[in-house]
Amino acid sequence: MAETEHPPVQADSGKRAGDERKFTINFGPQHPAAHGVLRLVLELDGEVVERVDPHIGLLHRGTEKLIEYKTYLQALPYFDRLDYVAPMNQEHAYSLAVEKLVGVSVPKRAQLIRVLYSEIGRLLSHLLNVTTQALDVGALTPPLWGFEEREKLMVFYERASGSRMHAAYFRPGGVHQDLPPELIADIYAFCDPFLKVCDDIEDLLTGNRIFKQRNVDIGVVKLDDAWERGFSGVMVRGSGAAWDLRKAQPYECYDELAFDIPIGKNGDCYDRYLVRMEEMRQAVRIMRQCCERLTTEQGPVTVDNHKMVPPRRAEMKASMEALIHHFKLYTEGYHVAKGEVYAAVEAPKGEFGVYLVSDGTNRPYRCKIRAPSFPHLAAMDFLCRGHMLADVSAVLGSIDIVFGEIDR
Amino acid sequence: MDDAVSKLAAYLGDRIGPKLLDAEIALGELTVAVARDNIPEIIQFLRDDSRCRFGSLIDICGVDYPDREERFDVVYHLLSPWLNHRIRVRTKTDAATPVPSIVGLFPGADWFEREAYDLYGILFAGHPDLRRLLTDYGFQGHPLRKDFPLTGFVELRYDDTLKRVVYEPVKLMQEYRSFDFLSPWEGMGTAIPGDEKAGAAPDRDGKS
Repeated sequence: MAETEHPPVQADSGKRAGDERKFTINFGPQHPAAHGVLRLVLELDGEVVERVDPHIGLLHRGTEKLIEYKTYLQALPYFDRLDYVAPMNQEHAYSLAVEKLVGVSVPKRAQLIRVLYSEIGRLLSHLLNVTTQALDVGALTPPLWGFEEREKLMVFYERASGSRMHAAYFRPGGVHQDLPPELIADIYAFCDPFLKVCDDIEDLLTGNRIFKQRNVDIGVVKLDDAWERGFSGVMVRGSGAAWDLRKAQPYECYDELAFDIPIGKNGDCYDRYLVRMEEMRQAVRIMRQCCERLTTEQGPVTVDNHKMVPPRRAEMKASMEALIHHFKLYTEGYHVAKGEVYAAVEAPKGEFGVYLVSDGTNRPYRCKIRAPSFPHLAAMDFLCRGHMLADVSAVLGSIDIVFGEIDR
Repeated sequence: MDDAVSKLAAYLGDRIGPKLLDAEIALGELTVAVARDNIPEIIQFLRDDSRCRFGSLIDICGVDYPDREERFDVVYHLLSPWLNHRIRVRTKTDAATPVPSIVGLFPGADWFEREAYDLYGILFAGHPDLRRLLTDYGFQGHPLRKDFPLTGFVELRYDDTLKRVVYEPVKLMQEYRSFDFLSPWEGMGTAIPGDEKAGAAPDRDGKS
């Protein structure tokens, strides 16, 4: 037959002999889709990304250096300013590290409060990420709906700690103050309506044709690659590993709570979105259990040791010893035994770890902050190579980066 | 949990014992010290051995001890998600001697090594692209070294006449005040009898 003798028809790539189509373009640091102050130097062949070189450090504040000059308690608020969309989860890792070095374990009620607020932090982070991922690919409504819920959650932060974001609420040795019963009731009342909001956001996105076109099969990560690049959290769960520090290496009272770990199948941006949506529902499930137990589980919220945790204000009015303890703790601070420790929590973005080296004085000798987004962003070149320029912002949206913790 | 850690320590002692300078378990965490040049070999063993399977590189960081001859510790944290255990590998180096890079074993090591280079000046031999990462373009010095002042050397501001950002030496209205709460007496360098804080810090049980 005559037709078979024709050479196969080549799709027109638009390339003409002599066309120079290599571009180097600069993305950010003030681009709305850069999620902060990321500068990407992109090398393109036409519209295809050939190399990505992220330039970070525009938000570098020298947190690790500053911590070396602060007492253990003074160092805590720096952790709020790392991943500032879920501040208490960072404090949690630091508090666990100090507690492990000192050798104390916090009372049950404090554990429940910590778990409750860690899960609120997870909602805060996932709400921001899921909705801005949608924004990055062109949907404006989800951020408006999501931020309404974030606002309610931040009010819970404020009612517990006095601050909407920089809470400094988890302290080594417990939490700063007990929760009033009305707050626990209000958080409980928040849970069920929130599931409805999750459904609404999913209605907008999960089946949305444009959202799927922009996210399915984009930024695919195979599980082996994910591990050897140091990924954690949703980045490995989206690729199919049922790995969650809350289950695998339980801290606080996570082993007493019922929750499931959602995993993805394909490791693309869309699966990571789905995992985050389901994680929000599971977080609500944990919050509900915590609220129920907090109504019955009464007791102290700090360890009963005034060499580490300051006495209550009322006590100081009457007791000289309490006053001395207070003075010593807020000037000298407490001394921590010599040693080194690594403590990690399952933060919303992945494994947030604190490597703390103590030389026996009242200040950390070295505090290395292992931020989950750091290795994720480091893999941008690996994730984006061969994709189109427009996919860069989709990938960036789905790896969930926050510059507070990457730049430190 | 502790049992599994000590079993792992014993296993490593059997398999790569001569190459381990030190292995200790503290607070339920296993730390092994190895010579600088053995780092790639040990990390590869830890990654590939069926009873280690440390397939995830969690972190690489430096620690500075300026009084030591080899002033830097380079600390690797590894995790095995399959066997659910962690290990810390430590090696020593100084400002001039490079540590073999492990980017070939773990691509994720790239930025961690760049960060250690940037903040401490630790060199990594065989790293494909050892540039500064976190500090400013054209930054001088390595800020996390203990002899680098907290306030740094330069400050920058936007100059309205030049219409650009200018760098100037740091001018402090007041010296940085580092309060030493460790000694009850200002200026006392020597130990006084009965001053328990002047000696070694007490350990966990309160014993000196």
